[in-house]
Amino acid sequence: MISTAGYGPALIIACMALVTLLARFGGVFIMGLIPLNRRVEGFINGMAGSVLIAVLVPIALQADAGGRLALLATGALMLWLKQPMPAIALGIAVAALYRAL
Amino acid sequence: MRSTVAPILSFAECRRGFWRLLPLSLFVAAFGAAFGLAAVQTGLQPFDIVFMSATVFAGTAQFAALDLWGAQVPLLPLLVTTLAINARMLLMGATLYPWLALVPSGRRYASLVTLSDANWAMALNDLQSGRNTLGALVGGGIALWLTWLAGTLAGMLFGGFIADPRAFGVDMVLGCFMLSMALAGRRNARSVAAWVAGGAAAWAAWVWLPANTHVVAGGLAGGLVGALWLERDQ
Repeated sequence: MISTAGYGPALIIACMALVTLLARFGGVFIMGLIPLNRRVEGFINGMAGSVLIAVLVPIALQADAGGRLALLATGALMLWLKQPMPAIALGIAVAALYRAL
Repeated sequence: MRSTVAPILSFAECRRGFWRLLPLSLFVAAFGAAFGLAAVQTGLQPFDIVFMSATVFAGTAQFAALDLWGAQVPLLPLLVTTLAINARMLLMGATLYPWLALVPSGRRYASLVTLSDANWAMALNDLQSGRNTLGALVGGGIALWLTWLAGTLAGMLFGGFIADPRAFGVDMVLGCFMLSMALAGRRNARSVAAWVAGGAAAWAAWVWLPANTHVVAGGLAGGLVGALWLERDQ
């Protein structure tokens, strides 16, 4: 336990910042220790897309109907136009519109 | 296939990345404002709030810190929670390694200082589709960092500046952005299989495993699919 009087908070936050920075650097550092072959590259490629999906899963699970419609609209426009910004804008507009009605 | 030339990290590329991610970053400011307001209500001093947003720069971990904040703060549980929430950054950094390995080590690590969900996704999308630049990672990261900090300050001074962010769909910005990045890349049976495995593992982890393990579980499951199902030689 650290008291939040005096320099306590600054110390706590500095420790948090250090841990977060280690997480930011750590992935690249660890990969530097592993020889890059086809299997490792396959692992990295498989991981890249699934991290995106894994970030999405709880967002979709927790979303209300408006939020899920937003994801659906973004996904549909993305498959059609392949342009992220219009797809995101449509998704947000759909969520706002659905919730306003 | 993959370039063996080091990705570009020039001022012009960073400026381009900055402007590309700025529209999304403005929504990040709304979350920053929510954090600034919550931190004031938790009783953090103004300097500490700004110090945290500037140096930690990780929204979910910062909100989790507020939950543990009091007259006494349990340091070790706080740091374990911080690491668990930010463990996704380990995987995100690792996915950039094939390109970052080509950059001198000083620039390699400097370009990871502002690594977060949105600028990672955009940078990876650029690199995978043959745009050999780190502009979105660094310039986009600076845009996110500045708006996160500006949002924090606004929340401390004026409270949440959007009365009900949900009414405007602001809570779906990150979800829609991540989905658009996932669908922007090239797809094949192998990448879709990795998505399905990753999505299922993340779902299972979210339901059954401790909080904040879903990204790591999903990433590792997708990675296993990628390691076992290799692309044919061209």
